[in-house]
Amino acid sequence: MNTELLGIIASFAITLLIAIPLGKYLARMFAGEKTWTDFLKPIEKGIFKLSGINPNEPMNWKQFLKAMMTINSLWIVYGFFVLMYQDKLPLNPDGNAGQSADTAFNTIISFVVNCNLQHYSGESGATYLTQHFIFMFLHFVSAATGIACAVAVFKAFRDKTATDLGNFWNFFLKSITRLLLPLSIVVSLILTFNGTPSSYAGKDKFISLQGDTVNMSRGPAAQMIAIKHLGTNGGGWFGANSAHPLENPNYLTNMTEIISQFIIPVAMILAFGYFIRRKKLAWVFFGVMMFGVMMLMLPTISSELGGNPLIAKMGVSQATGAMEGKEVRFGPAATAYWSTLTTVTSTGSVNGMHDSTMALTGLWQLLAMMINGFFGGCGVGLLNYFIYVIIAVFISGLMVGRTPEFLGHKVEAREVKIAALITLLSPFLIMTGTALASYIVTVHPNIDWAVKPSTWLNNPKYHGFSEMLYEYTSSNANNGSGFEGLGDGNIFWNVTTGVVMLFGRFLPIIGPVAIAGLLAQKKFIPESAGTLKTDTLTFGVMTFAVIIVLNALSYFPALALGPLAEHFSMLIKR
Amino acid sequence: MKKYIIPSIRITIVLTIVLCVIYPVSIMLAGKLSKGAGNGETVVVNGKVVGYANVGQSFTKPQYFWGRPSAVAYNAAGSGGSNKGPSNPDYLKDVSNRIDTLLKYHPYLKRSEISADLVTASGSGLDPDISPEAAKIQVKRVAKFRKLDEQKVAALVDSHIEAPLLGLFGPPKVNVLKLNVALDQLK
Repeated sequence: MNTELLGIIASFAITLLIAIPLGKYLARMFAGEKTWTDFLKPIEKGIFKLSGINPNEPMNWKQFLKAMMTINSLWIVYGFFVLMYQDKLPLNPDGNAGQSADTAFNTIISFVVNCNLQHYSGESGATYLTQHFIFMFLHFVSAATGIACAVAVFKAFRDKTATDLGNFWNFFLKSITRLLLPLSIVVSLILTFNGTPSSYAGKDKFISLQGDTVNMSRGPAAQMIAIKHLGTNGGGWFGANSAHPLENPNYLTNMTEIISQFIIPVAMILAFGYFIRRKKLAWVFFGVMMFGVMMLMLPTISSELGGNPLIAKMGVSQATGAMEGKEVRFGPAATAYWSTLTTVTSTGSVNGMHDSTMALTGLWQLLAMMINGFFGGCGVGLLNYFIYVIIAVFISGLMVGRTPEFLGHKVEAREVKIAALITLLSPFLIMTGTALASYIVTVHPNIDWAVKPSTWLNNPKYHGFSEMLYEYTSSNANNGSGFEGLGDGNIFWNVTTGVVMLFGRFLPIIGPVAIAGLLAQKKFIPESAGTLKTDTLTFGVMTFAVIIVLNALSYFPALALGPLAEHFSMLIKR
Repeated sequence: MKKYIIPSIRITIVLTIVLCVIYPVSIMLAGKLSKGAGNGETVVVNGKVVGYANVGQSFTKPQYFWGRPSAVAYNAAGSGGSNKGPSNPDYLKDVSNRIDTLLKYHPYLKRSEISADLVTASGSGLDPDISPEAAKIQVKRVAKFRKLDEQKVAALVDSHIEAPLLGLFGPPKVNVLKLNVALDQLK
């Protein structure tokens, strides 16, 4: 037990030790100042030349977003067809079939938007070609897209007034060459030397010690698992994701993977402070986020270590915590720690099955994804938090009776409208989806579909409701983890969650970048005694309160019907 | 938008070469130096591969130590957990049945001595390990079916307990396949 807790404390400490200098480095690198990775410049120049791109061309917020949307649309179209016809393409040693149109639609959106909800199983639903050329490729570029858009927001607040938010291609490529790729090389080497396969050999067959014939799925997984965590993507090689003993063979790889999915989101917040030369503001953001993470993590760890009371009732000791859906080599503490970080960041990889965690753990997982702004995904976490900040600035301004302003720019009706719309979008998508699915399950359970709705849910009652709520929450947050018992591999779920993922990704990127672009154009107002200071503890508390109130108002009823009801029903049974 | 389409296509092609060919192939080549040459580490008995060191396999015969229940029956061409919720009545019945089976084969056990990992399914369905407690409670049964000295088997289990990382981080564990391979060699 003590070594389990020590393990997560060490993981946390190492994360901070890496993230703080990484944040400093990112700020210098994106600002174009001198860094030790400048030796990569000739390579970047070569890539830009081959692509016909001038990386120094200034872009305003509209041009920036257009470039971003163009390349993302291209990936959706291209990937959709490759997935459908993967069976006819090379690098398919296991002879897997092509994806159906609705599965391909869901899968390609899922990977382009950095969500990685997987309605297929890696072992049988993808080929080595699609795993690398589509999934792993998108792991890199979707993370780089998020980071590039966050850097545009950095740029908006660095100078007093600006129309130039920087060049999308420049930030995009540098995110890959100077951050994601070098770190991926390090992490994938650690993984492969600890037992994760990295070769292109196909399935193996052997006779087990007891005499059973076993087929063993393998493949070049180490390369993909590295970036799946660094890029807060989460889409794994095998069906069981990072619970699979080849994706995550031992405690060292587990620490490596959990650290790699958290360092960039943390570093980006600090980089923001260094970049705009307001370190204190970034530390206030960091403080609020870390406090939020702790509020979600501590009860999660306690609920998992406590074990299942209904099994304790059968006389089996729960001294080792809740073990259903967990792996012995990690133990419940590390799995609980992981489950919090994978839901606050948008990673969504799992090292244990969330569907089988305790009811209250499910509550914290859901809430983390609903808030989606405590560090969050690569780049986009800061963008989501920025929306909360704008709302907090607006409300504080109303409370003290002054025109709200942020970093010397007046926040006016247009910006607040955008922020409000983005804030309302999440509950709208999540609630509409869950309501629709619940309606179909209860009113038309035996409707004449290929997969009858009555077979969707793997668990009865409240937990079944939680499965549906989780699926849409995860889609909207671009998280990608799931209560995987849900029978989601059919046209209803593929299409509805595909649409939710698409809106849940691009509007919350477009909104903040637009707000930042609009604010940056405005006249700079120097700070005076009447200015609302945003780099103070008071404003931090205010932002936290706004986050809690907004999310409680939006989601409490749904959470009460799902995980809370399940928790209390378990207490009664005990 | 038009202005950005051609650069988008070109940079996608260039990055595909860097990220999907150069990067993974270099790692694959480096991986050749690792144990198992990047194919996964195997366990070999008398020149024959009997399994993968990190991947659990099914042990149901009473003369072997048993691993954890698996939702995919240890079929390594797939993977996954039961995804049963903590209050699901079917799931609780499964657990209860597993307890009964365990007690049948280990009549000397008290319920409170049963290790939770032996009656709950793992996340991957391929968990290679059990907790040291879960191995220890099986010693008597294994010794009986193999007509071996109980203390000898207990000593074997002790020697197969893998300590936490650096002795500090994570839970201790026992690799079931490695333990059973050693057990087969025990006279």
